[in-house]
Amino acid sequence: MKKNLFRTLAALSLSLPLVASAADLTLSGAGASFPAPVYRVWTYNYGESTGKKVEVAYQSIGSGAGINQIKDKTVDFAGSDNPLTKEELDKAGLIQFPMLTGGVVVVANLRGVEPNSLKLDQPTLAGIFLGTITTWNDPAIQALNPDTKLPNIRITVVHRSDSSGTSFIFTNYLAKISREWADKVGFGPAVNWPVGIGGQKNPGVCNNVARINGSIGYTEYTYAVEGKISMVSLKNQAGKFVAPTPETFSASGAHADWKNAPGFYMVLTDQPGDDSWPITGLTYILIYKNQPDANKAAGMLKYFNWCYTTGATAALKLHYVPLADEVVKQVHAAWDKEVSSGGAPVKY
Amino acid sequence: MTNIPRKSIINPACSDRLFRIAAAGSAFLVLALLAGLLLQLGIGSAPAWREFGFGFLIGTGWDPVANVYGALPAIVGTLLTTAIALILAIPPAFVTALWLVDAPPGIGEILSQALDLLAAIPSVIYGMWGLFVLVPVMQNYVQPFLSETLKLGKIPFFGEYGNGFGYLTASLILALMILPYMSAVMRNVFRMTPSMLRESAFGIGCTRWETAKDIVMRYGIRGLLGGIFIGLGRALGETMAVLFVIGNVMELPDNLYASGTTIAATLANNFAEANGIMRAVLFALGLILLLLSLGVQVLAQYYLAMTGAARGEK
Repeated sequence: MKKNLFRTLAALSLSLPLVASAADLTLSGAGASFPAPVYRVWTYNYGESTGKKVEVAYQSIGSGAGINQIKDKTVDFAGSDNPLTKEELDKAGLIQFPMLTGGVVVVANLRGVEPNSLKLDQPTLAGIFLGTITTWNDPAIQALNPDTKLPNIRITVVHRSDSSGTSFIFTNYLAKISREWADKVGFGPAVNWPVGIGGQKNPGVCNNVARINGSIGYTEYTYAVEGKISMVSLKNQAGKFVAPTPETFSASGAHADWKNAPGFYMVLTDQPGDDSWPITGLTYILIYKNQPDANKAAGMLKYFNWCYTTGATAALKLHYVPLADEVVKQVHAAWDKEVSSGGAPVKY
Repeated sequence: MTNIPRKSIINPACSDRLFRIAAAGSAFLVLALLAGLLLQLGIGSAPAWREFGFGFLIGTGWDPVANVYGALPAIVGTLLTTAIALILAIPPAFVTALWLVDAPPGIGEILSQALDLLAAIPSVIYGMWGLFVLVPVMQNYVQPFLSETLKLGKIPFFGEYGNGFGYLTASLILALMILPYMSAVMRNVFRMTPSMLRESAFGIGCTRWETAKDIVMRYGIRGLLGGIFIGLGRALGETMAVLFVIGNVMELPDNLYASGTTIAATLANNFAEANGIMRAVLFALGLILLLLSLGVQVLAQYYLAMTGAARGEK
């Protein structure tokens, strides 16, 4: 009886290696939650398209965490909405390139007011987040929304409690439109918010806004759409009120000057143009310039290329704006120039 | 074919020594782990102590852009939520345990099992329940009721307007979490009281309450305090349940409805993304929490030792 058991177990253990090796190549990435909805779809579809030979896994843990992970070399690529400067990139031996454009939207929950009808301009938005405007029926807000009867309830600001690339984009915009914000708070992935409560990641902020009557927060566009939360129209640099849509996001990116952006460092907030959405963000991928494993490097670049070309439809469906062809050409040129494995450029 | 018993391939005397070594090794491993933790936290937090000195313990700023950090809001938040949770949880736990011991057999069994089940629920479930169920209830019913109908809002530090998040909600969830734990331990302590002791008390005319207060509680005070300290330890370090409902604002509390933070919540929010001086600051906060928990243990032992004579122990 015991002998039989031992034999069966031995036979089973010999067959384990056959089960374990399903994929030839596994790529792991981690970082921003801003593009996570698209990346999830891409990693799945890409795995399917290669017949499960190449598996890509992306964990949405936040831009800062992603950068930490790639600096610790625990992941192959990192996602971040918070671009590193050329000096930081060179110091770490990394190269970054943009993947997608998305929009950061202002969401609000106000019972009794029609969804998606609120309008705010630069001084009111900054005032709310600075804590100088405290109730919804403040004259400044009421003046911008003459047809709506705003209730007399306190504004609860919801921001990110964790360090975040989405926060970086949003505070960057606030610093551009408000001198007081720039002096008092500054911008970055984590700041000393003057007022408000914190939510964990984009879904956390959406959840908190949905839960509290009279709350206002900021989040990535897809999360607001999926969560069916009311969005606020903002006044852009040209003085027009625009609603957040993929069209206004891509209008904002149209004027970007990529020729003068070393290391692809670009922040698309407060861009000129009648149709530009003022808080547009680019999300980046970071990889090491010097790739020790040529096979893995080629696999990664093939995957990113697939994302630019075949993945564009999935991105559009999820309300992101894929990168324009001229920029993709510049990214290819950067890969050819900077990414190498064992001295030779990587073939993709 | 009959089964021929095998001779043991290990010499009994040898196996005894092996077992002793393994057991001693495991015990010392625990000590080594504790020392290792303290060492790692100490080394990791050294940059923060160098930068801020002991002013870190009383500093109130938290500015990642200017790299100015202070631990006081987190420390005060931890102590405040733990204190309120204990105040809210100890009386019900004590009374529940008391009732369970004398309960009618059928109901007593069922409720006992339910209590053990509650004690085993993971804290993240409490956090989810708190966020989705308790927060709206607090904002729409409980907080207005307390501050306006009962006029408790007039008391300084109580708070007048709440949005459902904050210290009160977090303390309430913590109380709900530690209540089953403490109650289960207290119930076991009460069960272990010799029935002769209780019956003698009834015999001389004590009421149920007097028996519980003067006889049973004094007999089992070590166990009861043990249960309370288990609850305290859990409340001090509780992360997920508090994280969802406390609002995550790095500020000192100015009223019970205000949003705030605790050490564990601050660590959970920021650790993955931190680098440089912020990481050292988080290590320092972790060290403070560890020392707080150890300090509570030491105080408990000290108290029990000091009052041992008064309670008739050697």
